[in-house]
Amino acid sequence: MSAPAPTVAALAQGLATGKFSSVELTRAYLKRIAAAQPSLNSFITVTGESALKTAAEADAARAAGRAGRLTGVPIAHKDIFCTEGVLTTCGSKMLGNFVSPYDATVVSGLRAAGTVMLGKLNMDEFAMGSSNETSYFGPVHNPWDLQMVPGGSSGGSAASVAARIVPAATATDTGGSIRQPAALCGVTGIKPTYGRCSRYGMIAFASSLDQAGLIAVSAEDAALLLGPMSGFDPFDSTSVDSPVPDYTATLGDSIEGLTIGLVREFFDEGLDANSEQHIRNAIAVYEKLGATVREVSCPNLPLSVPTYYVVAPAECSSNLARFDGVRFGHRCNSPKNLLDLYCSSRGEGFGDEVKRRIMTGTYVLSAGYYDAYYLKAQRVRQLISADFAHAFKECDLLVGPTTPAPAFRIGAKCDDPITMYLNDIYTIGANLAGLPGMSVPCGFVDGLPIGLQIVGPHFSEACMLNVAHRYQQETDWHLKTPPAFA
Amino acid sequence: MSLSRADIENIARLARLKLTEAEIPVYVDSLSKIVAFVSELNRAPTVGIEPMAHPLPGLAQRLRTDEVAETDRREVYQRNAPTVEAGLYLVPKVIE
Repeated sequence: MSAPAPTVAALAQGLATGKFSSVELTRAYLKRIAAAQPSLNSFITVTGESALKTAAEADAARAAGRAGRLTGVPIAHKDIFCTEGVLTTCGSKMLGNFVSPYDATVVSGLRAAGTVMLGKLNMDEFAMGSSNETSYFGPVHNPWDLQMVPGGSSGGSAASVAARIVPAATATDTGGSIRQPAALCGVTGIKPTYGRCSRYGMIAFASSLDQAGLIAVSAEDAALLLGPMSGFDPFDSTSVDSPVPDYTATLGDSIEGLTIGLVREFFDEGLDANSEQHIRNAIAVYEKLGATVREVSCPNLPLSVPTYYVVAPAECSSNLARFDGVRFGHRCNSPKNLLDLYCSSRGEGFGDEVKRRIMTGTYVLSAGYYDAYYLKAQRVRQLISADFAHAFKECDLLVGPTTPAPAFRIGAKCDDPITMYLNDIYTIGANLAGLPGMSVPCGFVDGLPIGLQIVGPHFSEACMLNVAHRYQQETDWHLKTPPAFA
Repeated sequence: MSLSRADIENIARLARLKLTEAEIPVYVDSLSKIVAFVSELNRAPTVGIEPMAHPLPGLAQRLRTDEVAETDRREVYQRNAPTVEAGLYLVPKVIE
């Protein structure tokens, strides 16, 4: 098996019919990973030995008639998810030697479903970044053009799925970290509703925004994998106790009569004209499929980036206080006293962007500034949420671009944090309001992929996946593979 | 709004971050830009708007029942600690 890997659905089919075993499949992917790693740098750890062992167990389970839909399908995890007995770095020097003593709930759920873990994927340090350039382990390269960023923070997940060196990968999204890299790498990404997937064992960045999700080739694959990742978890106090539907059951439903909203603020002057044309073409596909398209407005949405850059750093500054050089993580050499141990360990262990966000958060939460920045941002966040709630009174889903433009050159936006932050201008709103969002490949600009964003009301994942799947039955953007990895 | 070198040193102290001499001017510049950028929020009228406390409307933080649910895994957890002795984490002397 050397040709570009097909979808999870096709692999599951191949395993079920005995076309290949999980061990054969796993071996083939490990070979592809080893070949691509020097050019992509998308993995931090490859767990080849344990993968082959799990694959053999999957084959044995199948022989014994105990196989589920995903038994033996290889996947990889973003290195933000704790994996028992395996290095879990979160892309940071701070956790460069951290071997997790337990599994994240998302990881154990996917393991229980029979998937085989190939390894841990590169990411922006502590998921803070939009280009995968803040990783302590070096930048990930975009498989469509190695000079370009893959997006971030789930850059390793998106690049690996795009290059077909893993069939699918877990990812996380705090301000766009699943959807933006999915768009820039030409793959399908879903960030579920806040609380849908457990955050237990997912290293915290901004706890009121963080959500686990995944990146795959197609919406159908995303539907297959999302089920075992979802559901109530007593270990996460914000996990929501509501039933998880079979997301694959409704994929083929007709979307006739569905009302799709175009958010006026998503089509602002910042949107690249060529990208906009592809978004408009995608909307035309939906009209052909019988959906009604209407324009809606979310007037406070342009304030989502400044709102986010108060709320997210504030939460990050308190979450990252746990890294003190005492219980786990990096410790400085010969500290003068306890205070020096804290300050030097943190100063050395965190990278530039993480320190920038911790300090921004410390500032907006400090005495005298809390009301002016933090409370103000939480009030604006309420307004943004209300805008979405209002839009969903008039339509079932919202669509628009995922990013203002296709991937940019590695190094191009490193000097100015604000320019970098504005990459997430269309994705942050969904996180602030806790809404589910997707990105679906919808075209190419100068040889680089771009994505169509779909945002739905809380817990509308089944409807979003249905709408994405119907689009992917009409188009083949999601099946295009980067020539260098064909 | 522009932050001074003293502001950055104070923030770094509160955040328990030791900065190098070279880092300080970089953060003076970028944090000033960020603070100016987020000050855009002042334009939004928010009188009478409640700060959003939870991303899902109407949901409050769940509490668990007060009973022991964890087993003792101290030894496993301490494998990641830089220095441990007799089950205790070691730090520089605090009381002279």
